[in-house]
Amino acid sequence: MATIVDIFEEKALEVKDFEFTYAGADAPSIKKLDMPIAKNSITALIGPSGCGKTTLLRSFNRIHDLYPGNKYAGEILFKGENILLPKQDLINLRIQIGMIFQKPTAFPMSIFDNVAYGMRLQGIKNRTELQDRVEKALKDAAIFEEVKDRLKHDANGLSGGQQQRLCIARAIAVEPEVLLFDEPTSALDPISTAGIEELVVELKNRVSIIIVTHNMQQAARVSDYTGFMYLGELVELGRTEEMFVTPREKLTEEYITGKFG
Amino acid sequence: MTHTQKRIVVNKIIMVLSSLSALVGLGFLFWILGVLVLNGIDALNWAIFTNEGAPPGYEDSGLKHAMIGQLYIVGVATLFGVPLGILAGTYLSEYGQKAKLAEIIRDISDIMMSAPSIVIGAFVYAIIVAPMGHFSGWAGSVALTIIMLPIILRTTDDMLNLVPSTLREAAFALGAPKYKVIIQIVYRGAKAGILTGVLLGVARVAGETAPLLFTSFNDNFLNTDMMEPMASLTVTMYNYATSPYEDWQKLGWAAAFILSMFILGLNIIGRIFLLKKRGK
Repeated sequence: MATIVDIFEEKALEVKDFEFTYAGADAPSIKKLDMPIAKNSITALIGPSGCGKTTLLRSFNRIHDLYPGNKYAGEILFKGENILLPKQDLINLRIQIGMIFQKPTAFPMSIFDNVAYGMRLQGIKNRTELQDRVEKALKDAAIFEEVKDRLKHDANGLSGGQQQRLCIARAIAVEPEVLLFDEPTSALDPISTAGIEELVVELKNRVSIIIVTHNMQQAARVSDYTGFMYLGELVELGRTEEMFVTPREKLTEEYITGKFG
Repeated sequence: MTHTQKRIVVNKIIMVLSSLSALVGLGFLFWILGVLVLNGIDALNWAIFTNEGAPPGYEDSGLKHAMIGQLYIVGVATLFGVPLGILAGTYLSEYGQKAKLAEIIRDISDIMMSAPSIVIGAFVYAIIVAPMGHFSGWAGSVALTIIMLPIILRTTDDMLNLVPSTLREAAFALGAPKYKVIIQIVYRGAKAGILTGVLLGVARVAGETAPLLFTSFNDNFLNTDMMEPMASLTVTMYNYATSPYEDWQKLGWAAAFILSMFILGLNIIGRIFLLKKRGK
């Protein structure tokens, strides 16, 4: 059984007895996993490649459903409802739980249209409202100053770090409650990485954040809670400052001291 | 001779042989283009663009009827073929993916792409021309649509597949429904590629003669009624070039030149779009 620290904050998400099996696979990639996610804090998921951390992250907005044959079991509670039920409206779920990907995913359109995309999907057509919210989202994502004179330019002309911040602006523009980050800095240089990390920390006042990372220093720098996963199971979930100093599980200690992984 | 020297010699022989082969191929291409341009430009005059066909011996004979007929037949085929091809390609890439039905459609479309065009002409003759009792522009357009369809379908499928799946995921993650992801994100990302496929498909059918001989046949005068037989540059060229009259043969050259320039233009525009896409 996993060692899970008591969480005193309200919970943004609660994973209960969760299993996930990819299409065509015999064994589940995530086995009997229980995990609370604290509200308005940052939870980092760490573990060696193939441990299931990205698979778990992609279950929170059910992006796995794009590919037929993937199977969920157990529960993921969001606002008291199990989002794994077939009746769950996925569009509504994904508006509330946003996602930032490993590689920047700027759409082939202008910077302005990228940020406005999610709002337009929700039927917001008023020009001034769009303009105000795009500007605010770009400011919140710390990229407004760099792009304010070229909002009509193609977003693919931006650098990788700028594109990633644009994607964050696009995600926060629709005011989600949870943001999922899937190794958001693995394709970026150190300076852009520092910028994104700073931004993630600032965002936690408004959203609950789950971040998957290969980089243990990054988990230690930004997160409040860290979950260590191994072979599809959660080994330990602890307060970050405690877990990196005094892990309770032997496996966690071996991983964070670099004995494997 | 040492081993190294031998390798260098073999290397040189292969290089010379392959360069020569390339030169021979290019030589024929420029020879054809040269003859075409010389004879074609020699035959060109204003009357060709303003006058209709005339019996041999008349001086003011032109190709207006064939050019307009060609535009009608190819235009209507494009109107049918492009939406059908793009929608079918969209099904393959976005909905069918690796499903059995999708794989079968891909295989059949590959086979259709290499089907002799005269067979397609004979098919359309059997299902449209014979029941109607006469040749018609519509029949010609249907034949060209069938030839164009697999080209546009496969390029659309391939080009949509090139759009990274993370881009689709990012749109879905913002709460976009599937049809909006396809229209607003995937089509936009594949715009240049799809357009290239369309242009190459149109260029391919614009040069077809055999299927039109069986379907739209010919008319020596201007006709814009698609229910009636219709002239096309290709069939007119075939008739005039094989006739014994020198002035008709000249008109045949002019038709060949005009048609080649049209197709060359389409191809060049298609390549420019492709280059622009790669340049990004």
